[in-house]
Amino acid sequence: MATFRVCPDSGFYFNRSAERLIKVNAVAGVVALLIAGILALGVVLTRWQEVHLLSPQDFYLALTAHGINALIFWIIFFEMAILHFASSTLLRCRIATPGWAWAGFMLMLLGAIINNVAVFQGRSSVMMTSYAPMQAEPHFYLGLILFAVGALVQVLVFFGTLVVAYQEKTYEGSVPLVTFGAITAAIIAVFTIASGAIILIPTFLWSLGYIGHIDAEMYRIVWWGLGHSSQQINVSAHVAVWYLIAGVLFGARPMSEKVSRFAFFLYILFLQLACAHHILVDPGVGTEWKIFNTSYAMYLAVLASMIHGLTVPGSIEVAQRQKGYSKGFFEWLRKAPWSNPVFSGMFISLVVFGFLGGITGVVMGTEQINLIIHNTIYVPAHFHATVAVGTTLAFMALTYLLIPVLFRRKVILPTLARWQPYLFGGGMTILILFMLGAGTLGVSRRHWDMDFTGAAMVFEYPGMAYTLMAIAAIGGLLAIVGGVAFLLVTVGSLLFGEKLEPSAGFLQSFLGKALAPSAYAVERPEMLPRAPKLTVEEHGSAGFEAPGTFALAMLLLVSFVVYYFINWKYLASVWPLS
Amino acid sequence: MTSYMPPADRVWWKVPVGRVELVWIALALLWCIIMFLMMPYWHVYGKQNLSTEAYQTTPAKFGARVQEMVDQYKVREEAGMPVVAPPAGSDIYLLGRLWQWWPILELEKDQSYRLHLSSMDWQHGFSLQPTNVNLQIVPGYEMVIQITPDKAGEYGVICNEYCGIGHHTMVGKIYVKE
Amino acid sequence: MSDDKATPGRESEERIPAMQSILDNPFLLLFIGVTMPTVFYLIWGIMEIVTLPVAP
Repeated sequence: MATFRVCPDSGFYFNRSAERLIKVNAVAGVVALLIAGILALGVVLTRWQEVHLLSPQDFYLALTAHGINALIFWIIFFEMAILHFASSTLLRCRIATPGWAWAGFMLMLLGAIINNVAVFQGRSSVMMTSYAPMQAEPHFYLGLILFAVGALVQVLVFFGTLVVAYQEKTYEGSVPLVTFGAITAAIIAVFTIASGAIILIPTFLWSLGYIGHIDAEMYRIVWWGLGHSSQQINVSAHVAVWYLIAGVLFGARPMSEKVSRFAFFLYILFLQLACAHHILVDPGVGTEWKIFNTSYAMYLAVLASMIHGLTVPGSIEVAQRQKGYSKGFFEWLRKAPWSNPVFSGMFISLVVFGFLGGITGVVMGTEQINLIIHNTIYVPAHFHATVAVGTTLAFMALTYLLIPVLFRRKVILPTLARWQPYLFGGGMTILILFMLGAGTLGVSRRHWDMDFTGAAMVFEYPGMAYTLMAIAAIGGLLAIVGGVAFLLVTVGSLLFGEKLEPSAGFLQSFLGKALAPSAYAVERPEMLPRAPKLTVEEHGSAGFEAPGTFALAMLLLVSFVVYYFINWKYLASVWPLS
Repeated sequence: MTSYMPPADRVWWKVPVGRVELVWIALALLWCIIMFLMMPYWHVYGKQNLSTEAYQTTPAKFGARVQEMVDQYKVREEAGMPVVAPPAGSDIYLLGRLWQWWPILELEKDQSYRLHLSSMDWQHGFSLQPTNVNLQIVPGYEMVIQITPDKAGEYGVICNEYCGIGHHTMVGKIYVKE
Repeated sequence: MSDDKATPGRESEERIPAMQSILDNPFLLLFIGVTMPTVFYLIWGIMEIVTLPVAP
């Protein structure tokens, strides 16, 4: 039976079951993003001290739900879509066990709903971290557990699909680099979910009264195996998305398969050790443990990110130079399609992830420097650079690509779509920079009131801290406008966009109606061939294939070095401790 | 076109790597090694390092130690909270609970103290401002650090780990005298 | 990137280097990727806190 359709624009082969799974996972993710975005408004307008919108109860509820929906539900649903895409679609393969994948998806959906219900009932405002011994209601944990189990099932189906593709020889040679990046994400997901199970199942039983005591430090160490690693799934997934977009838009080929794959291998080995970033000022863990883990065993995962940071734009530069955009250092970049949100979203994601997210992450993950940063608002500033811009904007860019390719709809409101990555990325960048500043002044994260109203003792932050937080809030509002624009364009395109060709269409497939059989005309796609060989032409100067990218990379390195030592200098000014 | 296709070469591992990448990898690796070495370097030559001295304890046990110190060295009260001035070089205690840091400590500038920290209930965040030192305070664990206040003044101790609805009222004090 | 001087026949005879075989084996990578953080982060970390002395 013919179960594949070929997308006439991109040449991708979509298996019918996989296509539906990609759609439902992506849509569920976008719904979680919508909830997170609405709640972000409450958070931003409360932390802007002059506005101070919500009551403490509502603020902590909103912050809990914002964190979980944005950092867990949105990104993991979307990553499931990416896994099915990177296995079934890229390898031209049927999905291993679609039934199990659907069961996994349904569990995730159920878990996400149960958890949200628990939070909105108001007695589980425990933040995403839900640190024991602060207790949420049992269904808060149950929702997370169901979500994690569902995610694990879908990840296992992904591995199953790799086996099917291998056995049925649907591709030649090694899997594509993008699929390899997805494998990296899936591997990290397995560790993430296992850590989550180890800690959340006992915590659930504890909330029901079957277990008397959860050790608070044990909880912290194991929980961060879930909490931090889940964000490392993101890193691997969005780097894979960068490579994919570079390939689709520019025909870019990896500068070196060996280097890029080895960088992903460094992620597999070392990236997850950085869960220790959260334990650096905790009692009871030794210096050796801290230094080894927080530095990803000598910063080898940072090395990997620096490699990707060079090879992704480098591959674009090489491709652009071959098209003739080879004047000077930066013609290739100037002549890039800046008005295409697929490109601008991806490139802003890359730049902000590297310059803001990467550098701040390494700085605050330094054992001693963490003393002046732990739990200040510097921390959310950092992870908005990595997750909200790095991951979310990369996924938004991919969504613009998927609307025509996967959903076969024309993108509506093209002008708004063109500006959306700049609005979202620009707003977020303002939010990040000014929250970094406020964090340096000691402003606390997860805190309702900078004025400490009702406290027995008085403490006042410097006036500058209020100014920085207010400007950060304005950036946050801009980013929310960018988020609304994204939802308008994507949801609007799925519902009202011009149909490009006979296909399932969003509503039909989502409601499970029969598809037009004519759309799926391919029984077995041709074997995915190797990439064509290239005869090398030197376009760069002095044998340097990508001099512009190298210049940008050097700019990153110099900023990194300067900022890193500024923070040591700042650390040296605080009370001596030993 | 090719990032999502299998590598062009069957044995892609042996395809030579370009100069841009080699130079960049060398520079980045060097930087990674420098950053790695900075941490042990600071343990030897830096003044801000966290000790790893810690004990398993219980709220009752830790509370009793704090009370002992308060009984012995209390000098006055402020807003109903005892202010204690323990001798330089001694063991001093600070507990976090919903929603206060207890008691108020009065220290001398440029003297060292062994500060013991723990929580009576949930997790708290010891955030000493404006000098900006932040520590995680975990119930059941007693953390001991040696501190040497090097500037006189009035310091706030803010809780920066979310601990429920009164979190924002959890503010303590440390005085440092000349 | 590469200049292809070998004939297709000769190329297919060449042995796949060990590192390439490792990177081509997702299940081996899965094993490595789960073991590393489990041993160095989780087990080592938990050993540190369970061996803490009890407060005097």
